[in-house]
Amino acid sequence: MSTISETPALGLTHLGSEDTGLGHRGPESKSIVVPYGFWLFVLSDMVLFSALFASYATLVNNSDGGPTTSQLFHRDLVAVETIALLISSFVCGLAMITAKRKNMVWTQIWLVVTGLLGLVFLGIELYEFGTMIAEGAGPQRSAFLSSFFTLVGCHGAHVTAGLLWLGTMMAQIWAKGFQPHIMRRLLCFSVFWHALDIIWVAIFTIVYLIGTLP
Amino acid sequence: MFGRLTWGAIPFHEPIPLITSIVIILALGAVGIWITRKGWWPYLWNEYITSTDHKKIGVMYIVLALVMLVRGFADAIMMRAQQSLAIGASQGYLPPEHYNQIFSAHGTIMIFFVAMPFVIGFMNFVVPLQLGVRDVAFPTMNNVSFWLSASGALLINLSLFIGEFARTGWLAFPPLSEKAFSPGVGVDYYLVALQISGVGTVLTAVNFVTTILKTRAPGMSYLRMPVFCWTALASNLIMLAAFPVLTVVLAELMLDRYLGFHFFTNDGGGNSMLYMNLIWVWGHPEVYILVLPAFGIYSEVAATFSGKPLFGYRSMVFATMAICIISYMVWLHHFFTMGAGGDINAVFGIASMIIGIPTGVKIYNWLFTMYGGRVRFTVPVYYLIGFMLTFVVGGLTGVLLAIPPVDFVVHNSLFLVAHFHQVIIGGVVFALMAGYTYWFPKAFGFTLDERLGKAVFWCWFIGFHLAFMPLYVLGFWGATRRMQHISDPSWAPWLNVAFVGAAIIGLGIVLTVVQLLYSIKTRDQRRDITGDPWDGRTLEWLTLSPPPHYNFAVLPDVHGEEAYWTRKQTAIKQDQLIDEPDYQPIEMPVNTPTGVIVAFFAALCGFAVIWYIWWLAILGLIGAFAIFVWYAWRDENEHIIPVEEVRANARERRRIRMEHLHNLSQST
Repeated sequence: MSTISETPALGLTHLGSEDTGLGHRGPESKSIVVPYGFWLFVLSDMVLFSALFASYATLVNNSDGGPTTSQLFHRDLVAVETIALLISSFVCGLAMITAKRKNMVWTQIWLVVTGLLGLVFLGIELYEFGTMIAEGAGPQRSAFLSSFFTLVGCHGAHVTAGLLWLGTMMAQIWAKGFQPHIMRRLLCFSVFWHALDIIWVAIFTIVYLIGTLP
Repeated sequence: MFGRLTWGAIPFHEPIPLITSIVIILALGAVGIWITRKGWWPYLWNEYITSTDHKKIGVMYIVLALVMLVRGFADAIMMRAQQSLAIGASQGYLPPEHYNQIFSAHGTIMIFFVAMPFVIGFMNFVVPLQLGVRDVAFPTMNNVSFWLSASGALLINLSLFIGEFARTGWLAFPPLSEKAFSPGVGVDYYLVALQISGVGTVLTAVNFVTTILKTRAPGMSYLRMPVFCWTALASNLIMLAAFPVLTVVLAELMLDRYLGFHFFTNDGGGNSMLYMNLIWVWGHPEVYILVLPAFGIYSEVAATFSGKPLFGYRSMVFATMAICIISYMVWLHHFFTMGAGGDINAVFGIASMIIGIPTGVKIYNWLFTMYGGRVRFTVPVYYLIGFMLTFVVGGLTGVLLAIPPVDFVVHNSLFLVAHFHQVIIGGVVFALMAGYTYWFPKAFGFTLDERLGKAVFWCWFIGFHLAFMPLYVLGFWGATRRMQHISDPSWAPWLNVAFVGAAIIGLGIVLTVVQLLYSIKTRDQRRDITGDPWDGRTLEWLTLSPPPHYNFAVLPDVHGEEAYWTRKQTAIKQDQLIDEPDYQPIEMPVNTPTGVIVAFFAALCGFAVIWYIWWLAILGLIGAFAIFVWYAWRDENEHIIPVEEVRANARERRRIRMEHLHNLSQST
């Protein structure tokens, strides 16, 4: 039975002698596969936002006689909002570092801070939405406002979902410790949270900065 | 309490939907009683409904597709009957609002709930086997994806019994689909069903791109992957990028309808052209999502039954990826006539024609694979040849339509209807039927009856041409699509021929069922003991038919482009298998009811949203979130198959294969 495996030309055992490029090692481990799949999901989310950006760009001037961008947006408020979100991303990174060191107390503290900063962001956004609706500039007013509320609101919905996820993660870490599958989920969460930052930077630029140009 | 839902929603006063409803409810009840009396529920629950096995999930997808094919075909034959009856003075048997629901449902069902689940079913069943691995990257999510698709299908079918379906065509264009013009629940059924199944599709795309890029057998480099895996990869990449756009555009329409937003309305600054652009940014790539895996199936069939490696493997891969990219640059040809201007029309017209080039490359590759080969004229090869004849003509009419001035003349005519049916039936449906015949023995351990299979092929082939060639003619004469009544009596003969064609396709569908039942009845004579009934070339034929849950006792070691063929030829030449490997215990994911429960809540929530029953919608959302957290909380996600079991199964398998290969080596 041994003749075949000794025949290098037929090469029926894989000793790495052949250069087959990527994929020669066989299936990747879960610690590669899970974040990779999640990263693909985040990419599909980016496509989702690009469609919302396209809608906004199409409709931004269709204000139907109602208020326009420069009448509605305030740079100061949005600046505070942006800083809160960006710092929360940094803190989320700290939580990841402490989680890798299996430091329960500091991981939980940093995650709480991440969540609180997320809440600050969300609070400012809701305040902004509330003020606009009170001024009669709600999403039903014009196509421009429909697309604005949908784009920014969709990001806000993602932050809300992220906060729900964050709470669940904190409970899981507390109850189950730093097990490999919990760590993979934490990594996915941080990828998600950072991705929200990237999208916010685009919203900040395209909606608020350009919208308040003199 | 029950929102818009009243007794008036049930079609007591409309005989056609009422009788259909009663018959379907009785049939479902009968099947339910039959399963209960046979005591099959535990088997169905454990082996299929909660299964995380990609093969079982693939089978469920294909069953869903076949059931919905019957529904979609019923709509088709009703339309053809109406059009050949309602000519001149006669008004036919369908009132206009019912006819409009039927053509909308036909298109929606055939694309979303027949073609998509059929294609995804094959990808599920075949891709992990061909890659030489044990399952997809995320087995539980795979089960969730399936059940979300099934929920969407359930809601679409529910619209037949409770309420109505959209009368807006299969893409629900605004402003017709806006609240002002379609106040009923029909468009809401459409939107909710597609949103739910669309989530499932995005998850599928994540799953398969990860599976193909990150989990392959040792030695399976990119340029050693079977072509079907390449086409599945391309298809899933398109899904990943296209379906979120569909989600957005449908969500925007929902916001318009539910909350009074102004994305696409006539007032408030809305722009319905935005909808056209976004829906076709999804919609045209969707065509390639369907047809690329079909090309993959033809490639496998051509190579296997010609007894030759696929001609021009690398050019096939290149053509596949070229189509994957160009598919994003053609969407605007869907509204050449809407005033985009000459330059833009020219750019998109040229892009639409260029995509024909890689497709043409593929046709030559299949032809040259067969040329000089020892072709066995089995059922899949019939479909392959039928496809090449039909699809080339469909492709040519497509190039014709890609010329903007020609499109100005024939847009929205029956010419267009004939064109897209020609590429979808001749391209996708033929491939699905070929794949069904080709992989059936792998899934169930016995082959399908060849004579009945050929009869089914001829029904599809002849029926298709009779049904759609007249539509090309009528299209040139100015017959538009979606007509409930025909005022020109001179069109009658052509419409009658088209009806006969549809009836012949119907006979083919009936014969498919007959073929299945007959093959099951005579399965003992048609067992596939070797696991390799067609003398195949790719890894799925290495293992048993049906394969064990874990597919392979050890992951196959891949050398060269045709992983299994090389191995088989070596073994035949040497009259022995490779050394018995060192078997290890195998870790496999456990079954889980997560998918079916999440889908139940999704369907519940969807139904509530359609009928404005808000408390139920919130309850559905909370339920879905709770089951999600419950699933995340478990620790036991895998079970171990002991090494003794693996070894015993593998030894038995080796004995059978050895015997088979020994016979082969004696005969050559």
